[in-house]
Amino acid sequence: MFDYATLKVIWWLLVGVLLIGFAIMDGHDMGVGTLLPFVGKTDNERRVVINTVGPHWDGNQVWFITGGGAIFAAWPLVYATAFSGFYWAMLAVLWALFFRPVGFDYRSKIDNPVWRKTWDWGLFVGGAIPPLIFGVAFGNLLQGVPFHFDNNLASYYTGSFWALLNPFALLCGLVSTTMITFHGAVYLAHRTEGAIGARSRNASYIFGTLLIVTFSLAGIWLWQSIPGYVIETAVSPNALPNPLGKSVIRETGAWLQNYQRYPLTTLLPLLVYVMAPTAMLLVSRGKTLLGFIASSITIIGVIGTAGVSMFPFIMPSSTDFGSSLTVWDSVSSHLTLGIMLVATLIFMPIIIIYTSWAYKVMAGKVTLAYIRENDHSAY
Amino acid sequence: MISEQLVDLSRLQFAATALYHFLFVPLTLGMTWILVIMESVYVMTGKTIYKDMTRFWGKLFGINFALGVTTGITMEFQFGTNWAYYSHYVGDIFGAPLAIEGLMAFFLESTFIGLFFFGWDRLSRQQHLLVTTLMAIGTNLSALWILIANGWMQNPVGAEFSYITMRMEMVDFAAVLFNPDAQAKFVHTVSAGYVTGSMFVLAISSWYLLKKRNVEFARRSFSIAAAFGLASILSTIVLGDESGYTVGEAQKTKLAAMEAMWETEHAPAGFNLIAFPNEKEMRNTYALEIPYVMGLIGTRSLDKEIPGIKEIIANNRARVVSGIKAVTALDALRKNDTSPEVKKTFEAHKADLGFGLLLRKYVVSISDVTPEMIDQAARDTIPKVAPMFWSFRIMVGLGFAMLALFVLAAWYSVKGNFAEKPWLLRWALWFLPAPWIAAELGWFVAEYGRQPWTIYGVLPTHLSVSTLSIESLYGSLAGFIGFYTLLLVVEMYLMVRFARQGPGSLGTGRYDNEVAHSPHA
Ligand code: HDD
Ligand code: HEM
Ligand code: HEM
Repeated sequence: MFDYATLKVIWWLLVGVLLIGFAIMDGHDMGVGTLLPFVGKTDNERRVVINTVGPHWDGNQVWFITGGGAIFAAWPLVYATAFSGFYWAMLAVLWALFFRPVGFDYRSKIDNPVWRKTWDWGLFVGGAIPPLIFGVAFGNLLQGVPFHFDNNLASYYTGSFWALLNPFALLCGLVSTTMITFHGAVYLAHRTEGAIGARSRNASYIFGTLLIVTFSLAGIWLWQSIPGYVIETAVSPNALPNPLGKSVIRETGAWLQNYQRYPLTTLLPLLVYVMAPTAMLLVSRGKTLLGFIASSITIIGVIGTAGVSMFPFIMPSSTDFGSSLTVWDSVSSHLTLGIMLVATLIFMPIIIIYTSWAYKVMAGKVTLAYIRENDHSAY
Repeated sequence: MISEQLVDLSRLQFAATALYHFLFVPLTLGMTWILVIMESVYVMTGKTIYKDMTRFWGKLFGINFALGVTTGITMEFQFGTNWAYYSHYVGDIFGAPLAIEGLMAFFLESTFIGLFFFGWDRLSRQQHLLVTTLMAIGTNLSALWILIANGWMQNPVGAEFSYITMRMEMVDFAAVLFNPDAQAKFVHTVSAGYVTGSMFVLAISSWYLLKKRNVEFARRSFSIAAAFGLASILSTIVLGDESGYTVGEAQKTKLAAMEAMWETEHAPAGFNLIAFPNEKEMRNTYALEIPYVMGLIGTRSLDKEIPGIKEIIANNRARVVSGIKAVTALDALRKNDTSPEVKKTFEAHKADLGFGLLLRKYVVSISDVTPEMIDQAARDTIPKVAPMFWSFRIMVGLGFAMLALFVLAAWYSVKGNFAEKPWLLRWALWFLPAPWIAAELGWFVAEYGRQPWTIYGVLPTHLSVSTLSIESLYGSLAGFIGFYTLLLVVEMYLMVRFARQGPGSLGTGRYDNEVAHSPHA
């Protein structure tokens, strides 16, 4: 089939596709969760908000799970090093996510205001914390992470949890949170009406604008003072993966080199500047479905920008540059990458087809009347 | 060096979260098919009561499912957070089934579960039944893929070690898929799940019948559970025996520990019904033996010997000695000494590399190894006997007790007079926890019995952990225990509340204990 080097690049793209799929699909649920306490004022209004994603959040969450599984299968060293290194950050994500399945499913099963309000805040935590932490993690990847390998490829992380929360990383966290909240607001504007719809539209203007501001700030910061990493030795992309077999240097401006080398990639950051305002405009015109597509493309722009800046690095090491993980040397075997590619090509289209069908079946606005009529079965 | 405390805490956390996940898994596995059966009857007969049954049992199923998902997310990421070296060392093989499980199974079950709950008014009857069926298929496929992954840990076929990448690499994907261990595990484990679902419906229906509430509803539910449960428990037992056979083939240490067989006996070996193993002196202080049976279970023959613990230790000692050569050669290769002799030694002893790695528990440099350490490493290859022995027997005992229950339940539901047999109803009610106990003990036997390996014969548990601090592990363990306890309390509260309320909670106006619409609706 493909040679090893090509497969390595294909898997870089596929992991990107899965991350973007996660941000678009699970992202709009998380945005809805984040907005829940603010957009819904009464209990029934909150039930409307929850039921816009009620039938779909679980399927959407599988993008996250499959993303984890795909990184395990395609980049085992990244799976091992990143998740054990970012131990507490990862646990915070998991524990925040705990609130979602139970929050959605249990909240409306008992008619008690304290019970319901508690779960509403649980859903807020489950919606707001994961994107924040993913953004912070990306911010740290861009700066390099303190880890190294021993000769048997056991990894050692030498930083602390608090060091992850540095100013640049926190800014990246804000980029990601505003992006997800923006996207959720556009989705809510599409699925609700009346007062809730109006509040959702307003939220989409606020968070869309904030996204453009934070994204620009992070870009300028990166350009001015975040040094990137470069592989110094000749790379042989077809070689068996060995992360200890190269030497790497750190230099300012390195993260912008790919944009100079492949000018077409500058379209990715441009997408953000074009599509975020377009989405807001479409929402204000009532063309919310198109608005949702535009905010989804915005997400492609943001994540694509981060990915292209770092290529071929995945997880640079700030303490032992040579241990940095790249697309060439942290991957699975040729055979495994091939099998996984076939599996993905078969199942991805099928998943997209039945997911679309599920959305089609449940299409239309969720209304207060619907909640009243389905008091016992709606969330 | 990796501290023993770190390893123990990592194991404890994995065991606690996995056993907890498996409180919810078997019920999901069984309930999805029971829902399919009930809904099929509804679609065929058009009787509303079967729709109500699907919806009510579906509600209980949903309460359980939510925690299945919550705890499953932990499992998916825990290999990376806590078993980093493991993830690196075997990710090339192990990651693939996990990723395919997501693509093929989790998407399916999770997308259609949404339509199962919310699609009643938007889908035709046939379409809704299709949705329920796809959800059930997704659930079972998820079990298939995860058990392929787990089966590979028990019997690592189709893979080879590479010293360049310093890990196991996949060489034969078909061998991983059709691993006999994985097949045996899959059928035994999903059948156990079906038993759990049946027991759940049977017990709660019996409770309604004892209370003389919702009698029609409960009678029909009882009969379906009895029939499905009988088929499932038969298959669990027959296929459990198959598991015993594959264990005998691939993991002699586990089988010997399960059976407390210290000495190799002349074929066919007897089965110890009761035994009090004495770990120190390597013998049983008392044993009640049934002749021939063990030989039949373990080898399917009357003339093959099953090796006893003492013989296995002696064999494994030789493998540890050979493993030392493999590790020494590997260390040289990793330092770029790729001379032909080193390579040749490595290839000659590669099969015992894992046994050499067992010594890393005691020394950093393999040249410091003493004969006592080699003895200890060989001894380590046998899991503790008494917990294995008794866990296995309780599982089997519960299996036969449930068989008796389901036989009677099915018999009296054919005769149609089970509702007048309070002793049967009470038995069913009291047996509600039985399948959970059996399943948890089954996992204990399978996983504890695999020790000291994470990948049997390949990678010692000791080396598999992430290099985290002890404080981190105490912290995360405390967090999991806190969260999981809280979640369990909430779940049990809802489960008991809705089970007590019964189908009246649907608000259809057809059952006892109807609930009013909420006041502000
Ligand atoms: C024999 C079956 C079985 C076994 C051994 C496991 N699971 Fe599981 N898992 C299921 C059977 C299952 C299921 C029946 O499909 C669940 C349980 C309840 C549920 O909601 O789906 C599930 C849920 C579930 C989810 C949530 C899926 C979703 O959102 O729909 C994840 C991520 C995992 N599991 C991952 C794991 C991992 C990484 C395991 C290994 C350590 C594991 N499970 C053991
Ligand atoms: C949900 C069902 C499962 C249960 C109840 C379960 C139970 C256990 C238990 C009790 C242990 C601790 C053994 C010990 O340390 O003494 C353990 C360890 C472990 N299990 Fe499982 N297990 C399950 C599924 C799986 C699956 C499907 C996999 C792999 C795909 C797996 C992989 C592991 C690993 C990596 C360890 C840690 C290393 C070790 O201690 O051996 N488990 N499990
Ligand atoms: C009555 C006869 C039974 C026999 C002979 C039997 C046999 C076995 C054996 C040999 C194993 C170990 C497999 C391994 O180590 O890989 C096992 C595991 C297990 N058993 Fe049983 N079992 C029986 C009944 C049951 C029942 C009634 C349940 C639950 C309802 C159950 C649930 C499990 C589970 C969940 C596992 C772990 C998964 C696996 O390894 O397959 N078993 N059983």
